[in-house]
Amino acid sequence: MNERKNIPRDGWRRIRGLTRKETLQVLRDPSNLVVAVVLPLILLFLFGYGVTFDPRRFDIGLVVEQPTPESGSFSAALANSPFFGIETARDRRAFEADLIAGDIKGIVVLPADFADRAYRGNTAPIQVIVDGGDPNTAELIRTYVQLLWANWLQQESISRSLPLLPALVNVEPRIWFNPEVSSRNYLVPGSVAIILMLIGALLTALVVAREWERGTMEALLATPIGIVELLIGKLAPYFALGMISMLISVATAVFLFGVPFRGSVILLGLVSALFMLAALGQGLFISTLARNQLVAAQVSIMSAFLPAFYFSNFVFEIDSMPFALQLVSYAVPARYYVSSLQTLFLAGDVPSVILTDIAGLIAIAGGFILLTALATRTRLD
Amino acid sequence: MWGRLKALIVKELLASARDPQTRWVVLFSPPFLLLIYAFAITQEVKNVSIAVYNQDVGIEARELISRFEGSPTFENIVYLDSTQAISRAIDSKQAIMAIQIGADFSRLLAAGKPADVQLVLDGRRSNAAQIVQGYAVQIVANFNAELAREKLPPPTAVIARAWFNPNFEPLWFAVPALFAVLTAVVGFMVSALTVARERELGTFEQLLVSPLQPVEIMVGKTVPALIIALASATAMLALGWLVLGVPFRGSLILLYGSMTVFLTSIIGIGLFISSLASNQQQAVIGLFIYMMPAVLLSGYATPIENMPDWLQWLTETNPITHFIFICKGVFMKDIPASVIFAHTWPMALIAAFTLSAGAWLFRRRLA
Amino acid sequence: MSEELVRIDAVSKRFGKNGPIALTRLSASFFGGHVTGLAGPDGAGKTTLLRLIAGLLKADEGALDVCGHDTLRAQGDIKRDVAYMPQRFGLYEDLTVIENLHLYADLRSVTGGARTDTIERLLRFTALEPFTARLAGALSGGMKQKLGLACALIKKPRLLLLDEPSVGVDPISRRELWRMVYELVDQGIGVIWSTAYLDEAERCKTVLLLSEGKLIYQGAPETLTQSVAERTFLVADITGDKRAVLTRALDAPQVLDGVIQGDAVRLVLKEGEKAPNADVLQAGPAANVISTPPRFEDAFMARVGGGAKGASPFAGAPKHGADNDEIVVEADALTKRFGDFTAADRISFAVRRGEIFGLIGPNGAGKSTTFKMLCGLLKPSAGAARVAGLDLAKAPGKARARLGYMAQKFSLYGDLSVRQNLNFFAGVYGLSNAARKGAIARMIETFDLESYLNTNAGSLPLGYKQRLALACAVMHDPDVLFLDEPTSGVDPRTRREFWGHINAMVSRGVTIMVTTHFLDEAEYCDRMALIYRGRAITSGAPDALKRRAASSKNQNPTLEDAFIALVEDFDRKEAA
Repeated sequence: MNERKNIPRDGWRRIRGLTRKETLQVLRDPSNLVVAVVLPLILLFLFGYGVTFDPRRFDIGLVVEQPTPESGSFSAALANSPFFGIETARDRRAFEADLIAGDIKGIVVLPADFADRAYRGNTAPIQVIVDGGDPNTAELIRTYVQLLWANWLQQESISRSLPLLPALVNVEPRIWFNPEVSSRNYLVPGSVAIILMLIGALLTALVVAREWERGTMEALLATPIGIVELLIGKLAPYFALGMISMLISVATAVFLFGVPFRGSVILLGLVSALFMLAALGQGLFISTLARNQLVAAQVSIMSAFLPAFYFSNFVFEIDSMPFALQLVSYAVPARYYVSSLQTLFLAGDVPSVILTDIAGLIAIAGGFILLTALATRTRLD
Repeated sequence: MWGRLKALIVKELLASARDPQTRWVVLFSPPFLLLIYAFAITQEVKNVSIAVYNQDVGIEARELISRFEGSPTFENIVYLDSTQAISRAIDSKQAIMAIQIGADFSRLLAAGKPADVQLVLDGRRSNAAQIVQGYAVQIVANFNAELAREKLPPPTAVIARAWFNPNFEPLWFAVPALFAVLTAVVGFMVSALTVARERELGTFEQLLVSPLQPVEIMVGKTVPALIIALASATAMLALGWLVLGVPFRGSLILLYGSMTVFLTSIIGIGLFISSLASNQQQAVIGLFIYMMPAVLLSGYATPIENMPDWLQWLTETNPITHFIFICKGVFMKDIPASVIFAHTWPMALIAAFTLSAGAWLFRRRLA
Repeated sequence: MSEELVRIDAVSKRFGKNGPIALTRLSASFFGGHVTGLAGPDGAGKTTLLRLIAGLLKADEGALDVCGHDTLRAQGDIKRDVAYMPQRFGLYEDLTVIENLHLYADLRSVTGGARTDTIERLLRFTALEPFTARLAGALSGGMKQKLGLACALIKKPRLLLLDEPSVGVDPISRRELWRMVYELVDQGIGVIWSTAYLDEAERCKTVLLLSEGKLIYQGAPETLTQSVAERTFLVADITGDKRAVLTRALDAPQVLDGVIQGDAVRLVLKEGEKAPNADVLQAGPAANVISTPPRFEDAFMARVGGGAKGASPFAGAPKHGADNDEIVVEADALTKRFGDFTAADRISFAVRRGEIFGLIGPNGAGKSTTFKMLCGLLKPSAGAARVAGLDLAKAPGKARARLGYMAQKFSLYGDLSVRQNLNFFAGVYGLSNAARKGAIARMIETFDLESYLNTNAGSLPLGYKQRLALACAVMHDPDVLFLDEPTSGVDPRTRREFWGHINAMVSRGVTIMVTTHFLDEAEYCDRMALIYRGRAITSGAPDALKRRAASSKNQNPTLEDAFIALVEDFDRKEAA
């Protein structure tokens, strides 16, 4: 009778014992702390200071085939814009080699009859040659030249008080949430997902594989510990490590890099916890398949880390991918987490976004934990 | 000396060829990853949803909206009926951009006065938002041009020509960069884990008691890793060229020449990490600590020009930066040998440095 | 009769559908209150049987009843009643001694005052009290094993399973382990002790002998030992080469088995045969053949049909004109310091051509450090190590080309085939093309590797792994062969075969350096140095060491007794 009453308490004690052991091990191997603390700081630092989509200046070549007042005025407009660093020549051939070598990103050509075309012609007055090998830059250069051209025309028509142009449609863009369009503001939250994925999937897969390799799993299995207790006890410290790492990253992002945080901390905790569960579930599932560290590392890099990087809207747009890959992205937990993080940081608590993401994370975490429970053995064969 | 080296090299190659895991990791998975992720890395934006809130009943407004409807960039257009609906659509990510046209749009245009179109963009995805904004500006500009033509001979906008990749084929852009990064990953994998693994298996001692010198072991580890990584790169190259149809306009000889230097520098770094690590977990984590920043700073995902100057200087010491540049150049442009050389000698310096550092560390660990 | 704890009924186990058969229709019983030995060669199925009893594996056929529970249905109950110490002790090397104990106390629900008392008692019992804050990874082999035992005993089990607890453990620790196990047995616990060493099996009350998954003997060890009574002899007082005498004895038709035992040769005769004459064995004028009491190992060898016969194919003309006084290996005041700790302190000795020289000593005493400095794996802090007259610090490459090395654990490339391994080592030692072909062909023939040439080295049977490892180590015809615990965990039959080859090489003038914990193996040495606390405390021939340790209490000590006595003697003198 007494025996039976003690069973749940024994279970908790076993979990506690295992958790304590695992925590000590985490703290003693410096490589764990490197992943949880050093790596996030390196990444945040890079995204905070260096790696960015925000364009600075593009070096371009400007070809003025025939200097005239008009071409001079437009050249000045280009040179004064914050977008371009200008080098001028009379012949486009002077720049071809530079474009090939990547020293300049584009060539703007003002033809000899620039003035004529500018006011009259049906033919375009300006030719822009860009490097198609870098579509993003190419598109930006084209857009900027277009904008500068439109402005210049307006200015010209005003200064000469010529009724040259009819009233036109003006575009007034407003970028919400991130008006200064700083990519730091969305890359930094996104990188938290990558780090938690590494802790959740890579470290757990490695740590379980190591227990098999070193033969300690055999000794554990020979004790009265149950499989659920074993999983909880092993995962709890990594869960905590992930949450600590998340808090460090968020604090660094907000206080050091000035990324706004507009959502609620409670929701942040909730989605992070769910994401950690999904990542841990994936790591555990990998570890049930891989019993040595080499395989565990490779499988978790390919099936957890790379997808988190590519299929999360972190850097690459999922909407633009082929349909099959878009389908794949629905199974990637980082997709939901990055979406929630970007919303919580920049937009605030938007229920429709957060709830969808939470549902996705619960489904994936549940799926992996179920798969793991089915695949885990309490015996060695 | 040569006989001993040859034995070591043959052994490394055989071991990789016979171990199914290594075979998979080195020979099959890189082309597979190339195939998947080449389609994932697109920097163009398409198939996005936008929202329209049109308060105007006039014909011009409908004309303008139909331009957006006709664009392949916008897969889905949601029609809204209030400003609150705009904020809902953006907040909930239903649309990346909302277009608001005021009630007096047509009237103003008809009166020959300027009219405004407001664009609201989702700054959570500011990179995509900016590109979408670019498309919108282009559409409005064309619309303006046609409006103007009805009244005056119009100054048409800018004509743009893209060299090397006139149709902006995303694969042409994605494959060369991905090829460079995956080649680096293979180089790291085959070098950083081999020594750590031999140390755990105990075979490393067996090597150390043989007459092999530390330098010979270093060379004996570098050459096979080089051969394996080159083989893997060749498989990816063939895939990109023959299956994905990416043009290859440059010189194969120059590519392989610079790739050999590049891989030597990568393997040098890998062996250096391996000599530092005392087990495989540490080797894997060391690899991550080096590789993630190296790839991020290589211009692979974000342009180097956007980085602050001091970081741009730092990227000069990153072999991946140079090799991505060379790959883009030889695939699409046929860059001249002098440019390739200008990016090859820094890699040679890096290789010389890391290999000697690795050998030095190696020798120290023996004592 | 004490209670029956385990009943095994026609149990079979096979790994994978077409995998190797581990156990075939095995039936046996184990009882409480004494030690049951589980002996047999590597791969006989000992570990599989223990795992089945612990409920870690499921039998394909048959039933196991452990402490009154069926292993299939009541896994949980079995885990409560059975304690199991796996081969590598199941310790977390990055936890301290006390943390390991607390972990297993949590897992086995030992709480409160009971926990404090138990841990205190176990620490006293294992003499680990001074080391509670030390990381398990930093303990010596013997201490690890004691800690592993303490962890297994945190809750008093009814049945204790020990899987090869004495591999890699020195004689002193082994003796203490036995003392602890006897204490447990006195409390009524049943102990199953698996081992490849038959001198350990001999100490058990009953023993189960397994071979290729089948039970070949069950009963008291003495009963089996008595089956070779009157058939065991020693050829003593040999003048000349004892190894040649052994070879001749093994060729004699009436001899079933023979080994070197110190200065003498030990023989087991076939049933009903008479001992060979000392003259026939050319053992010298003073030699005589005297009867000696049988040992369990003799009976085991008789049961499996004796060892390899006659001369090893390695025998042949001596190399180098046989200048037997030449010093081939020399340790000259070898010293190695790690920080403040001196692992080896001015160790000196010299080994002549054709000698077998052993380094013995407790775990962590400096034996491996010395050994590693001699073969160039560690740089000495002071002093010099010379091989074939070459200083390892000054001409490492040249010196290494003259030595062969066989590591303790199998360390060939498991994913290369036998032929590829041979090719590799021939190449690494710089054999020219013609020499390489000749050497490889000779190795294949000598070790009978022809049928395995394309098999991966990792999947060879243990005996062949050893042959291949030896082949790779001697292919370049080294002057000195370094053996690091060469037959640790290896059964007597494979061990004899191995030493047959070694003896043949020695007769050709190859010098052997060997470290071992296993003192039956040390009997093969001509001389040995006992390394303790970083110093060579004594050296000499095995029989000389035994004589030095002889006392009124123990007039005929074994080498193990001698080892323990000499170490304790040294401690006493140091303390004084």
